[in-house]
Amino acid sequence: MSTSSTTLPSSGPLVGSRSFLSRLREGDEIVRLITFLFAASVVLITLLLVFELWQGSVLARHKFGFAFFATRVWDPNAGEFGALPFIFGTLVTSIVALLIAVPLGIGAAIFLAELAPARVSDTLEFFIDLLAAVPSVIYGLLGFLFVVPLMRDYIQPRLKDTLGFLPFFKGPAYGIGFLTAGIVLAIMVIPYIISVSREVLLSVPRDQREAALALGSTRWESTWKVVVPFARAGIMGSIFLALARALGETMAVTMVIGNTPAISASLFSPGYSIAAVIANEFSEATGDLYPQALIELGLVLFLLTFILNGLARILILATSQRGSGMGNA
Amino acid sequence: MNPHLRWRKFVSNFMLTMTGLCAVVAVSVLFFILGYLVYYGGTSINWNFFTKLPAPVGETGGGMANAIVGSAKLLALATIFGVPFGFLGAIYLAEFSGSKVAFVVRYAADLLNGAPSIVIGIFAFSIAVHPFKQFSTLAGGFALGIMMIPITLRSTEEFLLAVPRTLREGAMALGASKWKTIATVIVPAAYRGILTAILLAFARVAGETAPLLFTALGNRYWSRGWTEPTASLPVMIYNYGLSPYEDWHRQAWAAGLVLLALILVINIVARAILSRGISVPR
Repeated sequence: MSTSSTTLPSSGPLVGSRSFLSRLREGDEIVRLITFLFAASVVLITLLLVFELWQGSVLARHKFGFAFFATRVWDPNAGEFGALPFIFGTLVTSIVALLIAVPLGIGAAIFLAELAPARVSDTLEFFIDLLAAVPSVIYGLLGFLFVVPLMRDYIQPRLKDTLGFLPFFKGPAYGIGFLTAGIVLAIMVIPYIISVSREVLLSVPRDQREAALALGSTRWESTWKVVVPFARAGIMGSIFLALARALGETMAVTMVIGNTPAISASLFSPGYSIAAVIANEFSEATGDLYPQALIELGLVLFLLTFILNGLARILILATSQRGSGMGNA
Repeated sequence: MNPHLRWRKFVSNFMLTMTGLCAVVAVSVLFFILGYLVYYGGTSINWNFFTKLPAPVGETGGGMANAIVGSAKLLALATIFGVPFGFLGAIYLAEFSGSKVAFVVRYAADLLNGAPSIVIGIFAFSIAVHPFKQFSTLAGGFALGIMMIPITLRSTEEFLLAVPRTLREGAMALGASKWKTIATVIVPAAYRGILTAILLAFARVAGETAPLLFTALGNRYWSRGWTEPTASLPVMIYNYGLSPYEDWHRQAWAAGLVLLALILVINIVARAILSRGISVPR
């Protein structure tokens, strides 16, 4: 959705020559006003969203302050609300997801942009787009009924036998937990990384490749040492975009993370994430503070994704403009 | 050939093969998901699935008729609410506004588009559920409609801007007023793109679950009118999938298959319309 829209120099006001009254008679000013109201309400809705999140969490923000983010205890019955386990779970699952998705996604993007013939590349990109359209609850269903048993019975015991000396792979193998959530998230964000990275790689001018090949580099060397560095900023952008998706992802994570507010070094341990706790508890949250604490978590999530999406957009735009600015052959 | 060069060629071929493998792995996930859903859900799709209410806990059988109707109602509401804002807003951006206003509107739309769906759920709850003390179909449709706005707006605008300037000038030169130009020349010229944009926005929200959890909630029975909580396919998949019953798992697979088939078909049709593979009567 964030592709650069090339605005025509003045596709707008061509009507300057006619008087206001004649434009009013012909209905132009009315249509202008109506469409303006709809455009303006998009801005209003967005402002209202921020306002509701801010206003809806005012009690919780005043009561807990920044201690909210450093408190480990989440006990609604006792009136204790600490966000640390959820922030921890959100970050850990997202990092695991990126560790898996980034190499795979960038590898596939390199294949699509550099190696595959245009027809093959377009066909595969079509499937990747369809993959991005699969709803998250279906990933959650597959995660819960397919990945969780697979992890419990095969992968986690293997990991414990081979890498069990590391603190990340200790404890009983429940199947659910940080690692499983991270893997499901990885599968979900790979399409975003591939699509955006492919676009960015395709915008790298051809003379960059030709120059590298003419200097005697192999195909891989020209790709890895010339094309990829040229597109580095845009690829980072695709990763930020994927990270923003992973942080905000709700259903799939809720179904496989275990929903236990725990902080543990072991990736086998069940945990909780910000989005998951809102999904599970918001409709049943009673009293004043409880829903407010959940809305504050929503506010945190919103701000995080806002910053990441903004950074991603700047980086992707910068790269594609750099490519076109150099006279794409 | 000296050994160093041979090594470099080997590395090149090896790494390029690896990137191909990455692509194959990524794409095969789609076919795996489809195959898995067909295998486990295909056998549970029968007449009962589309016509019966969910069976009481402990009994086998039953269907998801209420969830299918619920989803249809929610999506109809979302389209009625979301598309006008996206479409008319895009007309303002593409045809009337100055660059500063356009920047602000685009920025707001991108912000809305990037917001996690669970946050949209909180927003819809505080606007459409909390004041009325009532979970409802209306609130769920509102939540999904909000999500449709930015997608429709941004892509419709791009398709409008892609209409050649000469068309606008031709209409103007014939003496058409601005809004007549828009209604009779520009929008018809961009209609394939606009239709695609709306279809993709529709497909995107059709599978959304998180915003429905505390707006439309769920319902094991028929939801009468628009002000009662309603069942929907995505929420049913979530609840049935997490349940301990084998029979409910089967139905969750079936519901997943139906939902995914709908979304993939809409996506494919939308892209076919855009690439002029399908002719659409005007």
